[in-house]
Amino acid sequence: MSGLYTAVVDAVSAFLGIVDPLCGPVGIFHLFAENTLLACGDAGWGDEIAFGFLVTASLALATLPVGLVVGFFIALAKQSEERSLRLSANIYTTLFRGLPELLTLFIVYYGLQILVQNLMTAVGYEGTVEINAFFAGMAALGVVFSAYCSEVLLSAFKAIPRGQYEAGYALGLHHGRTMQLIVLPQLIRVALPGLGNLWMALLKDTALVSVIGLPDILRQTSVAARVTKQAFEFYAIACLLFLILAFLSSLAFSGIESWAKRSEAAR
Amino acid sequence: MSFVTTLIPPQAPPPAPPRAFTAGRLFGNVFMGVWLALTVGIFLMIVGGWDPEKFTKYGPGYLSGLGVTLLLVGLSVVLGGIISLPLAFARMSKNPVFSWLAGAYVYFFRGTPLLTQLFLVYYGLGSFSAELKAWGLWWFFRDAWNCALLTFTLNTAAYQAEILRGAIESVPRGQHEGAAALGLPRKVAFFKIILPQALIVALRPYGNEIILMIKGSAIVAIVTVLDLMGETRRAFSRTFDYQAYLWAALIYLLIVELLRNLWAWLEARLTRHLKR
Repeated sequence: MSGLYTAVVDAVSAFLGIVDPLCGPVGIFHLFAENTLLACGDAGWGDEIAFGFLVTASLALATLPVGLVVGFFIALAKQSEERSLRLSANIYTTLFRGLPELLTLFIVYYGLQILVQNLMTAVGYEGTVEINAFFAGMAALGVVFSAYCSEVLLSAFKAIPRGQYEAGYALGLHHGRTMQLIVLPQLIRVALPGLGNLWMALLKDTALVSVIGLPDILRQTSVAARVTKQAFEFYAIACLLFLILAFLSSLAFSGIESWAKRSEAAR
Repeated sequence: MSFVTTLIPPQAPPPAPPRAFTAGRLFGNVFMGVWLALTVGIFLMIVGGWDPEKFTKYGPGYLSGLGVTLLLVGLSVVLGGIISLPLAFARMSKNPVFSWLAGAYVYFFRGTPLLTQLFLVYYGLGSFSAELKAWGLWWFFRDAWNCALLTFTLNTAAYQAEILRGAIESVPRGQHEGAAALGLPRKVAFFKIILPQALIVALRPYGNEIILMIKGSAIVAIVTVLDLMGETRRAFSRTFDYQAYLWAALIYLLIVELLRNLWAWLEARLTRHLKR
C-alpha cells in the first residue's frame, strides 16, 4: 500500500516537474533567469518561489469546491420555509462576512488547535497537537468563501422564476431532479460573474495564510527578500505572480462563461 | 316552508394539523443547537477565564487599537476617494495613453493581494533607504503607519475609481442627450444631472468598499502597526488567552454591522424619491 502511495506521489511530482511553468524544462525562470537570483536549484530562489506558486494555486483550487458546496447548501437553507434553518444560515453569513479574513484565519487556526488538543487530552493522548497550516487555511478561506458564495447563489436563485420549478414538477420530476436538470444549469449561468469575483477575492486572500507559516508565494518571496536583502525585487515578483494567476483565471472564467451561454448564442 | 330560526353557535376553528417534521426542520434545529452551544461555550469561556487584571492591562489597548483602525480606514478612504476622481476620468478618457495607464493601475491594485502591496511598499521601498534619505522622504517610509496609509490609499483609489466609472457609465445615454437638448453646458450637465444619479448607484458599492477596507485593515498588524488586530495579537502573544481573539471578533462584527445598517438606512433615505 505504501509502495503504491509513494509511486503515485512520485508520478504526480514528476508530472508537475515537467509542466511546471516556472522551473520546468520550459519554465520561465529556467529559460530566462538562469544566472540571476531566480535561478532554479541551489543557486537561486526560482524553485522555492515555484513551489510557493504551486501551494497558492492548490490552496485556492482545493478551497473552491468546498466553499461552493457549502455555499450552495447555505443558499438553500436561506430560502427554506423552516425558520430555524433560515436563521442559522443568516447567522453564519453575518458572522463570516463581518469578520476580517485574517481574524477568521487566526480563530480557526488557534481554535482548532485548542479544540483538538482538548479532545486528545480527554481521550488520553499526551503530547502537543499541531494543526496543518494548509488545512487550517483551507477551512478558514472555505468558510469565508462559502458565506459570500451563499449570497451570490441566493440572488441567482431569486432570478429563476417560480414557473421553472412548477414546470419541473408538472413533468413529474421530483425535487432533486428538478434542481439538477432545470434549476442548476440556469443558476450557474446567472451566478457565474459573481462567482468569478469571489474566486478573485479567494485568490488574493490566500496570501494571508503566509502569516500562519504556509509556504505560499508571499512566504517564499519574503524569505528570499530577507536573505538576499533585495526586498523590492522579490515582492514585485510576488505581485507579478498573483497578477499572472488573476489573468489566467480571468481567461478561464471567460471560457466557462461562453460555455455556459452556448445555448443562448444561437438565438 | 321552513327556515332557520336559530344561528349555529360559534365554534372554535378546527385544530391546525401538526407541523410535519421535515428534514429541513431537523437540520434547522441541529444548526441552531450548534450555534447555541457555541454561544454558551464562548460565554462560559469568557466568564470562566475572566481576569480583571488582564482586562485593565489590555482593555485600553483595544480601544486605542480601534482608534488606529478607524483613523487609518477613514483617512485612506477619503484620500483614495480624492485620487479616484482623476483616475476614473482617465479610465473613461478617449485618449488611449490615459485610459491605458489608468487601466494598468487599476488592474495592478485590484489583481494583487493588499498584503503583498503592503510588503512591497514597507519592506520593498524600505530597502532603498539610502535613496529615500537622499530625497528626504525617509521619515515618511520609515514609519509602518505611513506605509500602511499610502498602500491603503492607493489600493482603495483603484477600487473607488472602478465604482465611480461603473456608476457614471450606468447613467443612461438619454440623460446626456436630454441635457444637451436643453442647451446645458457639459460641466453643468455633469454636476447637476449625471453625477447625482451616478452617486445613487455608487452608494452601495461605496459602503461595501468601506466595509472591505475595515476588514482588510487587519493586515497592518503584520507590519507592526498596533491597530485593533495588532493589539489583539500582542495580547494573545503575552497571555496565550484565546479570549483575545474573541473580543476582537466582537468589536469588528459590531463595527461592520453598525456600518451596514447605517448604509441601509442611508440608501433608503436617499432613494425615497424613487420608491413607487
